[in-house]
Amino acid sequence: MDLGHGPRKRILELASIASAVVIWEIIARIINIKYILPSFTSVVTAFIGLVQEGELYRDILASLNYFVLGMGLAIAVGIPIGTMMGWFKSIDRAVDPIIEMIRPIPPLAWIPFAILWFGLTKYAAGFVIFIGAVFPILINSYTGFKNTPRVLVESGKVLGCTRNRDIIFRIALPSALPSIATGIRVGMGVGWMCVVAAELFGVSRYGIGWKIWHWNDLHHMDMVLTYMLVLGLIALTIDRLFRYIVQEWWLKWQAGLVV
Amino acid sequence: MLSIKGINKTYHTEDGDEILALTDIDLTMEDKEFVCFIGPSGCGKTTLLRIIAGLETPDSGTIFLNNEPIKKPGPDRGMVFQEYSLFPWRTVQKNITFSLELKKVPKAQREDISRRYLQLVGLSKFANSYPHELSGGMKQRVAIARALVNDPKVLLMDEPFGAVDAQTRNRLQQELLKIWEQERKTVLFITHSVDEAVYLADRVVVFSSRPGRIKETIKIDLPRPRDRTSVDANMYRERLLSSLGAEIENTID
Ligand SMILES: Nc1ncnc2c1ncn2[C@@H]1O[C@H](COP(=O)(O)OP(=O)(O)OP(=O)(O)O)[C@@H](O)[C@H]1O
Ligand SMILES: [Mg+2]
Repeated sequence: MDLGHGPRKRILELASIASAVVIWEIIARIINIKYILPSFTSVVTAFIGLVQEGELYRDILASLNYFVLGMGLAIAVGIPIGTMMGWFKSIDRAVDPIIEMIRPIPPLAWIPFAILWFGLTKYAAGFVIFIGAVFPILINSYTGFKNTPRVLVESGKVLGCTRNRDIIFRIALPSALPSIATGIRVGMGVGWMCVVAAELFGVSRYGIGWKIWHWNDLHHMDMVLTYMLVLGLIALTIDRLFRYIVQEWWLKWQAGLVV
Repeated sequence: MLSIKGINKTYHTEDGDEILALTDIDLTMEDKEFVCFIGPSGCGKTTLLRIIAGLETPDSGTIFLNNEPIKKPGPDRGMVFQEYSLFPWRTVQKNITFSLELKKVPKAQREDISRRYLQLVGLSKFANSYPHELSGGMKQRVAIARALVNDPKVLLMDEPFGAVDAQTRNRLQQELLKIWEQERKTVLFITHSVDEAVYLADRVVVFSSRPGRIKETIKIDLPRPRDRTSVDANMYRERLLSSLGAEIENTID
């Protein structure tokens, strides 16, 4: 469906957001109990306060720190294992049952062991995020490698690309990149969802997730809502940024939308 | 000289069936000869080409290129596939220089060589385009350039123009002959089109189906450049068609 281009599309989007905000404000004023539904204006006030104190900045930094830790590890582990499983049948057979056993366990169920193994540190939070993010990355890398078109591998072979290492790095890997990018994008979504829970057990006094619980305990629902919105906005920003990088730069060679 | 001696090939399917793809194939090709393979679908043309390329091993028999037996893919044989086979993540130029990178040819030299081949296939303007920006005919021209860059002795082509429209196809055939005359390779070209075979080939090898074997070899004794509409060309076409027709009736029976 075409809703118009450029400015016209933007206007529609803005109008939609603006009317949602107006409706929210009206409902909040009708209910008029801050504890049930804080109004838009009170959230804006809370937000401005947080920005001025520099507190929000530290919270975002803390959450991003866990996120980067978890994602970095998930990428460093997921892509190589997915690659090996996608390319070597024997490794696939050996590792697949283990993966299929662990994968269905919800990431949050790992929290007790995360604390046991890493203590109340950022590594424990990172670990939970890692568990959430690693499987989408692993499985998409696996599919990407497995689906390398045969004609590309054979073209490579007749052009002198015959060593296993060359075939993997020069043909299978680039061919699997779109799938790997999808895996990372999905993994980032799951990983970010794990941030709130990962911070819940108090690895630090900062962090967006931590603050949601903290202000909830103090019944400051305007703060809770502010942090919730920040959580969403950051997820959106990360996703858009990633898509931009992928499309304009990383996978520019692909036709149309990539991920 | 490329000589094919006593090639047999049977495929084993997953349900345990055996498909006899080629039986007792013997054929010799002179250097710089242009040979077309023609025959009913499933008679083993692609299989033979893949064996020559080194992508498939025969059950028995050997292929010799200048008296050296062929066992695996090598730079002395270039191949153009029927499907589009360019690396989509590489620009046209980088597709062409792929094999040179593997051979560690210095960058400046790679670019020189690719420029020459881009010019040869008339795509200089598209050096920095990605394959998805090219038409089908252009993709196959890049694939030809990519195969030639290794300077192979033999160029193997599996219905390379099968997926392009008739007009483009005629032009590509002309261009291929021009390239062949300049580069002087031995060309092995699979086609389903009698017209294409008569226009291109020095010699046409007709395959019979089930089991795939060589039925006959027809020399096309026409001067080049050839006139597609000449009486002689027509005669050759009829000759090929009747040879093929008998085959196709056999397949239906
Ligand atoms: N990998 C394979 N496994 C099993 N059977 C195969 C395989 N490749 C080809 N065949 C069979 O071998 C026979 C010859 O196939 P081939 O592709 O060489 O025929 P072809 O002459 O190129 O046909 P076409 O003109 O349709 O391209 C066919 O019956 C085909 O089904
Ligand atoms: Mg074929």
